[in-house]
Amino acid sequence: MKLLLAIFLSCCATLAQADALKLAVTTSFQNSGLAEVLLPAIAEDTGIDVQLLVVGTGQALRLGEAGDVDAILVHSKAAEDAFVAAGYGTGRTEIMYNDFVLIGPEDDPADISAADTAGAALRAIAELQAPFVSRGDDSGTHRKEVSLWSGIGIDPGGDWYRPVGAGMGAALNTASGMGAYILADRASWLNFANKGDLALLFSGDPVLFNQYAYIPVSPERHPSVAHDLALQLKGWLTGPRAQELIDGYTIDGQQLFTFNAAPAAPG
Amino acid sequence: MGDIWAGIAAAFRLIITADADLVEISLRSLQVTLSALVIACAIALPLGTFLAIQRFRYRRTVIAVLNALMGLPPVVVGLIVYILLSRSGPFGVLGLLFTPTAMIIAQVIIITPLIASVTHQAMRDLWAEYHDLLISLNTGKLQRVGTLILDGRRSLLTAALAGFGRAIGEVGAIMIVGGNIEHQTRVLTTAIALETGRGDFALALGLGFVLIALALAVNLATHYLGRTESEGRW
Amino acid sequence: MSVLPITLRDACVRRGGHVILGPVSLTLAGRGLTVLMGPNGAGKTTLLKVLHGIVRLSAGTVSHDGDDARGAQAFVFQTPIVLRRSVAANLAYPLKLQRRSRAERAERIRDWAARIRLEDHLDQPAGRLSGGERQKLAIARAMIRDPELVFLDEPTSNLDGRSTREIEDLLKAARDAGTRIVMSTHDIAQGRRLADDAWLLVNGQIRETAPAPQFFDQPAQPETRAYLRGDILE
Repeated sequence: MKLLLAIFLSCCATLAQADALKLAVTTSFQNSGLAEVLLPAIAEDTGIDVQLLVVGTGQALRLGEAGDVDAILVHSKAAEDAFVAAGYGTGRTEIMYNDFVLIGPEDDPADISAADTAGAALRAIAELQAPFVSRGDDSGTHRKEVSLWSGIGIDPGGDWYRPVGAGMGAALNTASGMGAYILADRASWLNFANKGDLALLFSGDPVLFNQYAYIPVSPERHPSVAHDLALQLKGWLTGPRAQELIDGYTIDGQQLFTFNAAPAAPG
Repeated sequence: MGDIWAGIAAAFRLIITADADLVEISLRSLQVTLSALVIACAIALPLGTFLAIQRFRYRRTVIAVLNALMGLPPVVVGLIVYILLSRSGPFGVLGLLFTPTAMIIAQVIIITPLIASVTHQAMRDLWAEYHDLLISLNTGKLQRVGTLILDGRRSLLTAALAGFGRAIGEVGAIMIVGGNIEHQTRVLTTAIALETGRGDFALALGLGFVLIALALAVNLATHYLGRTESEGRW
Repeated sequence: MSVLPITLRDACVRRGGHVILGPVSLTLAGRGLTVLMGPNGAGKTTLLKVLHGIVRLSAGTVSHDGDDARGAQAFVFQTPIVLRRSVAANLAYPLKLQRRSRAERAERIRDWAARIRLEDHLDQPAGRLSGGERQKLAIARAMIRDPELVFLDEPTSNLDGRSTREIEDLLKAARDAGTRIVMSTHDIAQGRRLADDAWLLVNGQIRETAPAPQFFDQPAQPETRAYLRGDILE
């Protein structure tokens, strides 16, 4: 009887999600507005109804580990490799990259716009002890920031360094309110409406490139995930239509993302 | 200050154009919250009344636990419900995570202690007032409970409205268990959080004003119904 | 079947080690209006409640059947308890408990509202009545199902002269209609006006029971004489 019930329930579950795929993405992806371009095209081409769960990279990975989503699209290579190595995902596929930028008050007291590298810019901020807002939420952006600090041998701390433990938008709001420096992804920055006195001060260092990768959740651990759909979506994301839409997406005339998926290999 | 005017303007624009997304998420907000409210009331009103008139061994403990649960942070409730409903959790097979049902479950857990506690206090006062009379009239237990619920219905309504207010404005728990999925589990509060995150304060505020208006409308409607009902009947 | 006589045998009520009442042995029977007199704290309220069957004895026995008897008895408290309903609904309440027909309820309510001169206030919330009106309402509600026996605990102690007279008239009329009445008071003049017989209770014990003329004019006990003189009894 119990077995019958379980079968019945799982049938219902499968039926209900026949064409729905739950994809955990990062706030920076969602805030870029690219999703609003991609999702309708995906639905049109493949019939897949992609349901986005917008969370930090850390939570996205947890949702994938628990089998609560069918695939994840995040940007933190080390964590992604660990995720796949632990058997939670069936392979990491690089899709596109955008870049991080350093934002700060327009008058730029630390003069980072004159810096040669991202490291030099951060060093100038630390030396001046100018207020700096950190995401502090274990997100991909936060991890990038941490790696930048350790790259120049500085362990930031003290009154001027303010981890807010919030998403990109909330952290930008905080920085705007405090007139602080902050590391943000370009897409979130361009789409951010409450810029106030903030301005984009530094960008272009290759170390700031931000690679997005797509990982289907492994059906071996969680048989209930929609793995077939996840693979189908992978095919679409690495295909020509995706390339056209991603490379063609601009805000204020600026291209946000660069498509760099390897030509779709079958499977 | 300019943001507030922009927010009011945005709210008007959304309402006057009957924005399809706005209508959808407002209705979902109401659907989730009212469902949670009905379930929570079905549990909390009898429980609160029972605690007010029945003496039993661990009564004080139960009341203390209820009062403590009132202060439970919704985020914690959300996290616990998430873990329970997760596909790797004990109820994962039901496939309820990231559905309105999950949001209703979380809200029921959040508001039941609140409603039960307010009910208990109101019923305790009313019971103290009525106790001698009802005993002297030789009423049975059911008659007592019936009389208390009937005469205390305004307090019960207040308790229910308090629960409604807490549920409709809640964001922490339903964000976690609902996921704020567009067209699936996005409600007013999670939409506000989203727009705030995007820095679109005007739209966020506009949605906020819609939320306030919705809560006000429900309160006023309830109040109006309560008043017409109380006059001239015996 | 009559609820009378009620017999107490060595009835004692203790609370937290203190003797509040007793031992008391007496028989309540016959007809008319009995006035229970005694200083504050003598235990008058407790004795009335014991006779009505709503206070449990610590020792001794009471002859009536408790719950079954109370249908034919009624109790009026010193501070009137009114239900949070209209005047009419207050009067209807004891009748509804007994499932009397709607027609009978309406007729009795009209009758009693006229007797207590609240016929113009039937639809008003009882909570808006004055103290005197509330007590009249409580008495009418006690009398409305024609009880055989009515207990009243200092029914006029907080009222003005006019309300006191109206209530005394109500009680006399009920007594003349055959209702057995026991009321406590510490107003000696009121006792003289109303009593057919009188009891003196001091320190939880009955000191004298006698027909009114004898009690007030030729008391047998020195304590009764002292009480009527206005001495302080300990």
